[in-house]
Amino acid sequence: MNYEVVIGLEIHVELATKSKIFCGCTTKFGGEINTHCCPICTSMPGTLPVMNERVVEFAAKAGLAMNCEIANFSKMDRKNYFYPDLPKAYQISQFDLPICKGGYVDIEIEGKTKRIGITRIHMEEDAGKLLHDQWEKGSLVDYNRCGVPLIEIVSEPDMRSPEEARAYAEKVRLILQYTGVSDCKMQEGSLRADVNLSLRPIGQKKFGTRTEMKNLNSFRAILRAAESEIQRQSRVLDEGGVITQETRRWDDDEGKSYAMRNKEEAHDYRYFPEPDLVPIELTDETINKYRESLPELSHERVKRYIHKLGIPEYDASLITASVKTADFFDDTVNSGADPKTASNWIMGNLMRLMKEVNTEDIPFGGEMLHELIGLIEKGAISNNIAKTVFAEMFRTGKTPLEIVKEKGLEVVSDAGELGQIVDKIISANSKSVEDYLGGKQKAIGFLMGQVMKETKGKANPPMVNKLLRDKLELLK
Amino acid sequence: MKISFETVEYVAGLARLNLSEKEKEMMVVSMSGILEYMDKLNSLDTEGVKPLEHVEPMSNVFRKDVVAESFDRDSILANAPDKEEGAFRVPKIVE
Repeated sequence: MNYEVVIGLEIHVELATKSKIFCGCTTKFGGEINTHCCPICTSMPGTLPVMNERVVEFAAKAGLAMNCEIANFSKMDRKNYFYPDLPKAYQISQFDLPICKGGYVDIEIEGKTKRIGITRIHMEEDAGKLLHDQWEKGSLVDYNRCGVPLIEIVSEPDMRSPEEARAYAEKVRLILQYTGVSDCKMQEGSLRADVNLSLRPIGQKKFGTRTEMKNLNSFRAILRAAESEIQRQSRVLDEGGVITQETRRWDDDEGKSYAMRNKEEAHDYRYFPEPDLVPIELTDETINKYRESLPELSHERVKRYIHKLGIPEYDASLITASVKTADFFDDTVNSGADPKTASNWIMGNLMRLMKEVNTEDIPFGGEMLHELIGLIEKGAISNNIAKTVFAEMFRTGKTPLEIVKEKGLEVVSDAGELGQIVDKIISANSKSVEDYLGGKQKAIGFLMGQVMKETKGKANPPMVNKLLRDKLELLK
Repeated sequence: MKISFETVEYVAGLARLNLSEKEKEMMVVSMSGILEYMDKLNSLDTEGVKPLEHVEPMSNVFRKDVVAESFDRDSILANAPDKEEGAFRVPKIVE
């Protein structure tokens, strides 16, 4: 039977604050276990949480960037469950009055724009980390992550394929990165998604029973987990079975999901208002201030690049696919580089280098690329040498001029020096010389190549060309 | 509203409370009492009364996003019933 897929995503994102949500401990990733902790985030009796004002600002900004309505009044609630990663035995979250409601995100899918609804965005604290398996006698707990601020973005069940789910997750990540509220580093788990998925016979209005797959930490995992769950549910339905509403754990190495031990009461969280924290009231004035301070988002930059800077649409969408490359491009152009030249360098050389070492960080600013382009335009280095210099800049973070000096890469424009080399090449390649004199213009290309080889690419090409022609002319 | 014996067992389970049969019977009585009091409140006309979201007449108590020094690990772990290699140790958790 053919089924229609219905997918909704819950995305948890770590906010880019310096300190935790309710105490001053650092949110820095890594660190020895249990060294980013204090009595508040380890839930010692008698301690009280105090809300980090930046968490509220970031959550509101994320909502504004996703077209949500920001609540003038919201509050925190307790979500109760027992698990050792949560030392209070409740998570401080938001229940009925979240900070953001009712927004949307537009995704591009198969060349068309599709709108995915956002139900709500709420603020909450992250839990600690259980170190399983290593210890026979018990599990070990590290509370460094406990109390790191998160927002949870809940989508409407608007996605109809795994590809749409991935495109939506990627778009959310891009928006958050541009807004500056999260760096969304997947490898550090700062963006995790729960996939809610159900099937229904094509044409049926009512949703089927859904399952939830938790804690997917890569776009690829979202895609694969959804694909695998579609297959599993179709098989069950085709055989006349029913889908059990349950939480499943995705094993990315095995490419399979497993039903987690299903405690029926697991979803009874007995929410109630957090008495230790007072409500949050945001005036329209504050909300407008946040709205005005939102940075230029990716689709706005694409427009500016195309219309103001004359960059082709393809280039513009590629450069804005990461806020890092977009910022770098802006820096390069703002320091005076020609936009098209800058975009060619970024799309060609920079993106290749970033891909090679699998990084999103660029170790130098756009003004360095502008300096490098300047050296080429001045004729101080050749285009080919510039590529070598650029790779070296990427590796060491040194300036183009430093690298050119250190490695002696300046173009040789000394007529005397080049003349000697040209003479040597002419006498060593009599066959090509005869060909040229006999009318084969192409032969000069070979001789040029030999000179460049001899000088390791440093000879000034127009000058070599002229010297060669002059000297060959004399032989006629 | 009267609460059933089963509901008491369910709620006790959620709270990880191990109640004896006698205690459960007691809970049926006292929890029913609480809910009956709620019923009494429900009988009042609250038309036009704004819901009370928080008992304190305050809002917006914030701290600045400034990093403070964390505690050293030994004092964080000082009261842990069990520890190992700088971590709290808990009974083995199987998902």
